[in-house]
Amino acid sequence: MTRRIISFLPLLVVAVLLGFFVVGLQMDPRRLPSALLHQPLPAFALDGLPGRAPPLTDSAQLTGQVALVNFFGSWCAACIQEHPMLNRIQAEGVAPLHGIAFQDKPQATLRFLARHGDPYDRVGYDTTNRIAIEFGVTGAPETFVIDKAGVIRHKHVGPITEDDWVDTLRPMIEDLQDG
Amino acid sequence: MRRGPLPSARPWLAAALMLGMLAFGAPASWAVEPDEMLDDPALEDRARDISAGLRCVVCQNESIDESNAEMARDMRILVRDRLLAGDSNADVKQYLVDRYGDFVLLKPPFKPSTWLLWFSPVLILAGGGAAAWAFYRRRDAEAPAAPAPLSDEEQTRLRALLTEAEGAAGTDRADPGGRA
Repeated sequence: MTRRIISFLPLLVVAVLLGFFVVGLQMDPRRLPSALLHQPLPAFALDGLPGRAPPLTDSAQLTGQVALVNFFGSWCAACIQEHPMLNRIQAEGVAPLHGIAFQDKPQATLRFLARHGDPYDRVGYDTTNRIAIEFGVTGAPETFVIDKAGVIRHKHVGPITEDDWVDTLRPMIEDLQDG
Repeated sequence: MRRGPLPSARPWLAAALMLGMLAFGAPASWAVEPDEMLDDPALEDRARDISAGLRCVVCQNESIDESNAEMARDMRILVRDRLLAGDSNADVKQYLVDRYGDFVLLKPPFKPSTWLLWFSPVLILAGGGAAAWAFYRRRDAEAPAAPAPLSDEEQTRLRALLTEAEGAAGTDRADPGGRA
């Protein structure tokens, strides 16, 4: 009997390995969990975009109500893909949506917003790209959910899809608003 | 700008220039731009040392010292700014670990949550050794044992058979002898 089991052992090992591959290969190595989850958002001071109001100039402007902060840039193709969804989020008006442009030039950012629509409440412009590092941003777009107390509750890497918004982000925001 | 072929003396100059660049030029990495470098060579050395151990979060398998990504450049500048501000090497690394997690370190730290990672080669080797040991022990145990000694009855039968065979062999041998 044990002999029987042992003769199937190699098959079992291969099956376990295959299982790891099936799961592992579907994971996106770019989707890293944020090290800043459940931590207060980093304090920062930013410039606004010239000629666009209101600006996001201080981290204090992000506390007091549940808010979304979206890191973007005019150079980022995935941001163009995400933009219609951001326009919809703004139209739904569930929570304020703020934008932080980084690795960009102010004029390019303004052109980007003129062309694809401006879904943001406040927009900050990260001149030194230091704020992106403060938030542990690895690319664009990345979106943070920040609660009333200014604590980072969620980080979404990559474009927000309709499913992400309806199934994850919107319910989370509503929960945080009730809490 | 002059165009056209170089005068014959120029190739020598170009060769000498290239040799000079090879001998005294930039070190192996080209990612660090001259304007990023610190004036203090000791600090710059420390910055290079730290950068070589930090992962570029965009390209993932390159260090920020080797990567040309914009994000890597920003992180290199940050490393140098922190050093200028008086941070120790460990402080600088911790600053980035606080924001990006252990992932930003190319060499995973040795701590309880990474023990499995560090010990897995030893565990696998020990597991394989144990399996091999069990296999050989089992094979030796199952090897056929020496046959049991014959009983008295079998001994007599065997003797009888042998004498019979010898007797038969004796006549066989006698026959071709031609003692007719």
